[in-house]
Amino acid sequence: MRVPCGGGGTLVALHPLSDMAETGPHRSRTIALAVVIALLIVVAAFLVAAYRPPIPRIKVPARASFDPQLVDRGAALARIGNCQSCHSAPNGSSYSGGVPIRTVFGTIYGSNITPDPRHGIGNWSLAAFTRAMRKGVARDGSHLYPAFPYDHFTRLSDGDIAALYAFVMTLAPAATDPPANHLVPPLGVRPLIAAWKWIEFKPASITRDPAHDDMWNEGRYLVDALAHCGSCHTPRSRLQAEDRARRFDGAIVDGWYAPPLNGRSPAVRAWTIDRLEIYLRTGLDPHHAAAAGPMRDVATNLARAPVPAVHAIATYIADGMVTAPAARIEPPLIDRGALAARQFPEGATLFAGACATCHEPGAGMIVAGRPQLPLGTPLHEDNPRDVIQIILNGLQPPVGPRGPYMPAFADTLTDAEIAQLVGYLHARYGNGARWDGLEKAIADARKVKR
Amino acid sequence: MIELRVNGRTHRLDVDPSTPLLYVLRDDLQLNAAKFGCGLGQCGACTVLVDGKAVFSCLTPIAALAGRTIETVEGLGTIARPGIVQQAFNIEQAAQCGYCIAGMIARAEALLRTTTSPSEDEMRAAMRPSLCRCGTHMRILRAVRRAAATMGGGVRDAAEPVR
Repeated sequence: MRVPCGGGGTLVALHPLSDMAETGPHRSRTIALAVVIALLIVVAAFLVAAYRPPIPRIKVPARASFDPQLVDRGAALARIGNCQSCHSAPNGSSYSGGVPIRTVFGTIYGSNITPDPRHGIGNWSLAAFTRAMRKGVARDGSHLYPAFPYDHFTRLSDGDIAALYAFVMTLAPAATDPPANHLVPPLGVRPLIAAWKWIEFKPASITRDPAHDDMWNEGRYLVDALAHCGSCHTPRSRLQAEDRARRFDGAIVDGWYAPPLNGRSPAVRAWTIDRLEIYLRTGLDPHHAAAAGPMRDVATNLARAPVPAVHAIATYIADGMVTAPAARIEPPLIDRGALAARQFPEGATLFAGACATCHEPGAGMIVAGRPQLPLGTPLHEDNPRDVIQIILNGLQPPVGPRGPYMPAFADTLTDAEIAQLVGYLHARYGNGARWDGLEKAIADARKVKR
Repeated sequence: MIELRVNGRTHRLDVDPSTPLLYVLRDDLQLNAAKFGCGLGQCGACTVLVDGKAVFSCLTPIAALAGRTIETVEGLGTIARPGIVQQAFNIEQAAQCGYCIAGMIARAEALLRTTTSPSEDEMRAAMRPSLCRCGTHMRILRAVRRAAATMGGGVRDAAEPVR
């Protein structure tokens, strides 16, 4: 990428008329021609380097050609990998794509990965599927956007890729295309992804860490290779690759904040293996809170994943959080009700009328065992995003119809009122520095399309 | 004192500002269409329109309503001249016990003010927060489709035609 930029600089220097006068039109034309040729060579070299050959089409394999046990294993892996979140739109057929993934570079739509030969991946061989998973290259040789987390899937074992292949190739084919991507120019040009890969992507595999037991190692494999937890929980570089130096430090996704999954976790109760497993499998841990936002889908899928796999994930993630403050000592829950009411009187009034029936100590929901507000990690995070999202959009049960539910308040309260309410909640229950700029944060959160 | 603008009339009320709108509507203004169901924003029987949007009045403190426009089902028409949505609910006989219906009508009204030609999915998503314990959902959905058609639009890819 550096080379064409330098070339552009030379061209600019040639443009001013004064240069033309000094050197004469003939000489400058020769230089311009030389520069154009050099540029063409650079572009050609780039295209050659970015080129990946197509892998020949195959006839759509018969469903019966796949071992049903392998298909089942692939289905389980797909749940752990949360594939549906991007590849199944709410009202579309399963895995037919169309879910918008909003990035700073524009919107990319999850692709159709059903075995339809025209619209899906029906004529992809296992080799083509493996190359896509490991190297981010489609069957026809085009580079795939890293919104598809091949930076994680590159670590998958051959056996797991084969199982996932068997699963997707036995889905019901869907003859539909997702909407076209909307990307900031020139990022619609796919060969440019090759340049991104040279800078940010390395094919990799996972080797067993002998310092830990099998369960931990299985968990690390599932977390890093398949479940791709880092895609949301690790902050990204300017080029939108995961910043490995800040692994699991917490990051912003779709207007939500995916909290830290390491020693920086602001949770006020320890994330033990058991609690994490309950949270991941039911979408609600009574010591913390409900899975919400993008995490809701994760819980929905993990609820139907094999229990030992979820246990392994919980084992590995919990180990990463043993240095978090709450893992060492769980602080008493604070309630600065009177102080908060003095600081945010309107917030206190709104809380009494809109929130107290469910959230005050003694409310039916609390008596029934739902977590009290101060247990919720969002109130202790270093930014108000999650609290704002939950108030605006409410909560839907992550697993089954009987899970945690909260109505949305987007149409009930104005930005100024929600700012008062969030200020009150944080003053009453929250740890950490006071949140500023609430009204703007609320207005921004309303703009996130869903 | 708090001023509330309900169905085009302004009311001055001396009520604790944290009082939910539903209590004020029923106890102070005798507007009894909106019902108390769960009091937790889970059933939708209390749904009314605030600035044209469907909200749970049981969880809307009147402190949040200064300067905003509140409409209840009483404001959408009369027995002699029912509104389009009310009439559609009548024609489709969408009520059984009727407890949820005021909320359902308010919710349908809010949807059809945004668009008179929602898709079937959009309609169902908009109606979802309101529950009906009798099971007249299919009639309620028919009523919403009928109202949309009467307004000059109509539900796109409707699950069944308006008869």
